[in-house]
Amino acid sequence: MANSKTGVQRPLSPHLQVYRFTTTMLMSIVHRITGGALYFGILLLVGWLLAAASGPEAFDMAQGFFGSWFGILVLLGFSWTLIHHAIGGIRHLVWDTGAGLGPKGREAWGLGTIIGSVVITAALWIGAFVFGLI
Amino acid sequence: MPEMRTPLSKVRGLGSAKSGAKTWWRERVGAAALLPLTLFFIWLVLSLAGSDHAAAVATIGNPFVMVLLLLFILVSADHMKLGMQVIIEDYVHSEGQKVVWLVLNTFFSYGLAAAGVVAVLKIGFGM
Repeated sequence: MANSKTGVQRPLSPHLQVYRFTTTMLMSIVHRITGGALYFGILLLVGWLLAAASGPEAFDMAQGFFGSWFGILVLLGFSWTLIHHAIGGIRHLVWDTGAGLGPKGREAWGLGTIIGSVVITAALWIGAFVFGLI
Repeated sequence: MPEMRTPLSKVRGLGSAKSGAKTWWRERVGAAALLPLTLFFIWLVLSLAGSDHAAAVATIGNPFVMVLLLLFILVSADHMKLGMQVIIEDYVHSEGQKVVWLVLNTFFSYGLAAAGVVAVLKIGFGM
C-alpha cells in the first residue's frame, strides 16, 4: 500500500507497464472507455427528445445542431463508440459461454471488434450520405 | 479441517458476499436486450435525420416506436448504471468517496431515465 505507515517497502503486484501489449488488453480498455463515453453520450438522445417534447422551435434548434458539421462530427464519434461497444458486448457474451477464448479465437474477436466497428460505422455513414440523409 | 458451513448455508449457495451474481446476470441480460434495441435506435435516428417537428412527433408517437424507445432508454439507464458502478468500485478506493460517487451514479442514471421517459410520453400523448 502506498499509504502504509510501517516503513517497510513491500513488493507491489505488477501493474499495466510490465505487461506485453496484447489485442485483448487494448479491447478491454477501449470497451471500458467507450462505455464511459456512452454514459454521457446518451445525454444527446435525451436532449434531442426533450427538444422534441418542448415544441417545434426547440426541435428545429436541436436538428440544426445535429445537422451542422460539428453535430455530424459528434454523431460520427457517437455512432462508432456505440457500435464498438455493442460488438465488444457480443464478444463478451460469447466469451461468457466459454467459447472463443483460445489463442486464435480471442485474437480474432479482438481484431474483429475493431475492424468490424470501423467498417460498420463507415457503411452506415456512406449509406446515409448516398441516401441523402446528410 | 472440519466442515464449518451448515447444510442450510450450502443449499442457499450464497457464500459470504450474499450477492453479486445477480448484478452480473442483470448486466448481461441488459446487454443482450440492448443489441436489437440499438439497431432500432440507429434506424430511428436515420429515419428522423433532418426531419421537421411534425414528422418526428408522428414517428415517435407511433405505439411500437414508443415502446421500443422507452425500453431503449430504461435498459440503457440500468446498463450504464451497472457499468459505471464497476468503474467506480475499481478506481475509487476511499470508502467515503466511493459511496458519494455511487450515489451520484444512481442519481444521474435514474434522472436521465426519468427525463427521457417524460419526453417520450409527452411527445406520444400530446403536449
